[in-house]
Parts: sequence; C-alpha cells; structure tokens
Amino acid sequence: MIEIRFHGRGGQGAVTSVELLALAAINEGKFAQGFPSFGPERRGAPVLAFCRVDDRHIRLRCKISNPDVVVVLDPSLIRIQNPPADLKEGGIIVLNTPKTPAEVRQEYGFKHTLALVDANKVAREVLGVPIVNTTMMGALIRATGVVKLESVEHPLKERFGPLAVKNFNALKAAFEQTVIEERRS
Amino acid sequence: MAHRVGMEVSIAISHAVQMCRAEAIAAYPITPQTHIVEHLSSMVANGELDAEFVNVESEHSAMSTCIGMSATGARTYTATSSQGLALMNEILFITSALRLPIVMTVANRALSGPLSIWNDHGDIMAARDIGWIQIFVENGQEAFDHSVMAFKIAENHQVLLPTIINLDGFILSHVVEAMEFPDQELVDKFLPPYHPRYSLDPAKPVTMGAFAMPEVYTECKMGHQMALTGAYEHILQVWKEWGDLTGRHYQPVEKYRTEGAKTLLLTMGCLSEVAEVAVDEMRESGLEVGLLKLRMWRPFPFADLRSAVAGAKHVIVCDRALSLGGAAPPVLAEVRSALYAMRGRPQTSSFVIGLGGRDIAPNAFKEIVAQALEEAQQKPTQEYHIFGVRG
Repeated sequence: MIEIRFHGRGGQGAVTSVELLALAAINEGKFAQGFPSFGPERRGAPVLAFCRVDDRHIRLRCKISNPDVVVVLDPSLIRIQNPPADLKEGGIIVLNTPKTPAEVRQEYGFKHTLALVDANKVAREVLGVPIVNTTMMGALIRATGVVKLESVEHPLKERFGPLAVKNFNALKAAFEQTVIEERRS
Repeated sequence: MAHRVGMEVSIAISHAVQMCRAEAIAAYPITPQTHIVEHLSSMVANGELDAEFVNVESEHSAMSTCIGMSATGARTYTATSSQGLALMNEILFITSALRLPIVMTVANRALSGPLSIWNDHGDIMAARDIGWIQIFVENGQEAFDHSVMAFKIAENHQVLLPTIINLDGFILSHVVEAMEFPDQELVDKFLPPYHPRYSLDPAKPVTMGAFAMPEVYTECKMGHQMALTGAYEHILQVWKEWGDLTGRHYQPVEKYRTEGAKTLLLTMGCLSEVAEVAVDEMRESGLEVGLLKLRMWRPFPFADLRSAVAGAKHVIVCDRALSLGGAAPPVLAEVRSALYAMRGRPQTSSFVIGLGGRDIAPNAFKEIVAQALEEAQQKPTQEYHIFGVRG
C-alpha cells in the first residue's frame, strides 16, 4: 500500500486531487481511498487530504500519519506544518517550488527524496490561473508512478468537463518538468 | 453484469436509493449526511429518478412528511445525522408504531455539546429504543448493499417496520472508494414494487395514528415488540437472498479470526475493519485474539452473540458512545445482558473509543487489548475506560 498526504490551503483543490487519484487507481483495477481531513471548510486555511492505493481492499479508516509521500501545494506551509516530520524513512517530498534541490535542502534541511516543480508557473502558463492541484498530480505521478498518466484523463473529464483538457495538459507539463533528486544519507 | 465503480460512499448510497426506485423523499440537509440527499435532489430534478422530493424546514418535518407519503403507499426514503436525528425523535416512535416501512440512512455523528460535526455513535444510541430495525455497515460496498436490502426487509408484510442503515459520518460517508454496483435488472428482480398492506385512500378510508386507551396500549406495544424481534428471521432471509445473487453474505454477528481465540474484541461500524488490521498484527505476534463485528443492533441478536463468544474467556467491547451516569456504555450493556445467563460466561471489559471524531488507528486496538489483558489479572477498578482521554 502507498499512502499519500496532500498539504494545501482551502480552495487550492487538495481534496479534488486525492479524489481524482483514487478514481484513477480504481479505474486501473486497484483499490483506493481518497478523503479530506474533515472539518469546516475555510478558504486559505491549511488543509490535509489523504490518498491510499493498494492491490487489495483497504481497511484503514484513520488519517495518514506515517505517509510514503507528502505533496505540498503551497511552500508557505512548510514552516507551519513541517509536512515531512512523520514521512517514512524512504519517503518522497513532492514540492511546488521554483527552487533547485540544493536550494531546498539548504533552506529546509530535508534529507528525503525530492520531486520539485514550479507548479505556479506551469499552472499560470497552461491554465491561466495559479491553481496547482492538478499540476502537482503530474509531479506526484512522475515521482511515484502510483497511477498511469492516462488513467487520470477520464476522472478529469468527469470532474471538469470542458476544462479537463487544460488540466490534463498542465498535469503532463508538470510531469515533464519535475526534477527528482534521490535522498541524501 | 455487475460493474466496478469508484465513488464517494454518500453518492453511492444515493445511487442505491435510485436503483430501488424510491418514490418519495423528504429531507433536510445536515452534515455529514448532506451529500446523499443533495445528490438525490439532483437526480429528481434531472428526471433521473421519478420521485417526489419534498424540501422541508426541519428534520421533524422531514420525518412527518415521510410518514404521510409512506402512508399513501409510496416507497419512502430519507437521511439524517446527529442533531437532525435528535430533532426527529418524537416522530421516529410514531413511524415504527404505524408500521411504515421508511428507509433512513443515518450518517453517524456526535451530538452537541460541545458542537461537533465529527463521527461517533452518540446520535443513534440516543434513538436506540425507537422501535426501528437498525443495521451498521463497515465500508462503501456494505453501505450500498444494505441500502437496497433495507427496503426489501422493511416492506415485507411480515415485518413492516422502518429501517435505519447506520454508516460512520465522514470516515466512511465522505471517502471515495471502490464498490461493485449490480445491474438495474438484478435490483428490480430482487426488489419488486412496494404494495402496502394498508394505505391512505379516500375510496377505502382507514384510520392511522389513532389514540389508544389504557385497555389496548400495552397490547399495541407488545405487538410492536413481537414484530421487531420477529423481523430477525426475515432480515436473515433477505440477506441470504442478496448473498446468493451477489456473493456477498452478511450475518448479525460476524466473526473475524476467532478460531481458538480466548480474547475477543467486539466493535460496530467501520472501525471494525481497522480492528481487523490490529487483529492480524496481534495474531502474527502470537496473541490469540479474534474479533466480533456486531452488524444487527435492533433487533439485538442475543442467540448469535452467545454462540459467537462460546469458548472465549474475555470479551472486550468497544463502544462509540457514552451512557452518562449509567451502568455501562450502550453496546456493553446489551452484551452483558446477553451473556449474563450463560453458564461459564466470558469476562467483559469496556472501552469507549473514537468520540467526536477522535482518530482511531490499528494501534489503538492493540493498546486496548494489552490493557484489558493486564487488568484481567487484577480486580477491575473501573466499569469502563474512555480510551485515550486526557485528564
């Protein structure tokens, strides 16, 4: 089982991301859960969203507290939430940042594998707005292979209708542009 | 052919209600049940479900309206949670006494105060004695299956009782997960149209909801009690029929890895699957622990419970509600009553867990078992524990 935790702010679409991921995995014949950290929705407030993917029925009904992957939609959350604090030893940090891996490691002291993409830039260019949830899914898929790129296309269409094409293009662009650097021991 | 879908569990329930061809719905939105009736409302508005959807100003009115609609012979559905169920309270007793086969989903949520939108079983436990059939489910598939089966059980002329399907709010209702949907043809075959035994019809007037003099009130209640306990065999029959059609079989008390287990955990609702994970881990470490999952809450399956605990020395009951000032939390009270007359009955321990959305991971059950086993060696000092409480 792979456990992924999204860190975002209310309105950034973290919950949509985990739902789309779960649907993509289920369409591939896998089992998956996508769910929010339940509570009153407040735009701009830090939010968590969770995704589990496995080859068998998933029986856990708790939050993800020891994730394999954290996806950080908004880098300003790093100082507030310290997303990788409970990340697994061999875990991955997927981060929306214009910085290089060396700069990120120096700034935050991260030791884990990094997957970095300037999602704000990609989203502005492709979608025309800095909403990075679908863009960051591209980086996550590049870093983990948790689902195939094309598996996201159908759930995107169902969710976004005519806007799905743009979102899928942003996702693919982020997939291409993601920079991965293995963990430092 | 059945087909596999990925969907939020709330939405799946609305599809189940659609496939059951519900004819009348009256509901008031309340978290975390809202998505179910919101989606049904869209289906009715879009012409995907041929039903009367009545928007009302409160849950008290929702259930009152459901009574009226069901009394005319319409297949009737509603859903609620927490404060909404509490506000329905006086009407809930009337629904069952009128023997109206309304199906209701309760997305279980804590009761105020303090105000909490999160999950526990406090709402349904406060409505324990309303005279409805009450079933608990563990995952999205079960939520779908039991929503369909509930209509068939409720509408059986030997039963004619309203039925509640309980599912845990948020931690089950709001999760996108994989489920298998049957074809419409299978549901139609399984669940024929509802033919009421009595209905409100100006051409054939009847009185419903008359008052009862002291000479007959007791007999009416006796009849209600017999109907509810007598529903047991019909519930099992419907579950068997569904199991034969879909391969998914359900029991009033389900056993998980109970072979040779001296210690049994007992849970209800979707934390049962979390407890399964803990049982797997404890079994791997050599602890002879099993799990009982209580699916049927009303009528209470006394005989099934007694046979399920046979051979065990210790039953650890996990409640998700309190009975403030009472002798025991609600599930423990039933379990102890069920076991009291048993020769060589197992010892019971009691833990109240997961109140108001407190997160419960598998480790919680391992800690509970360790604490219960340790205390079993000593004289019990407390009637029950509130697990993880700070104080």
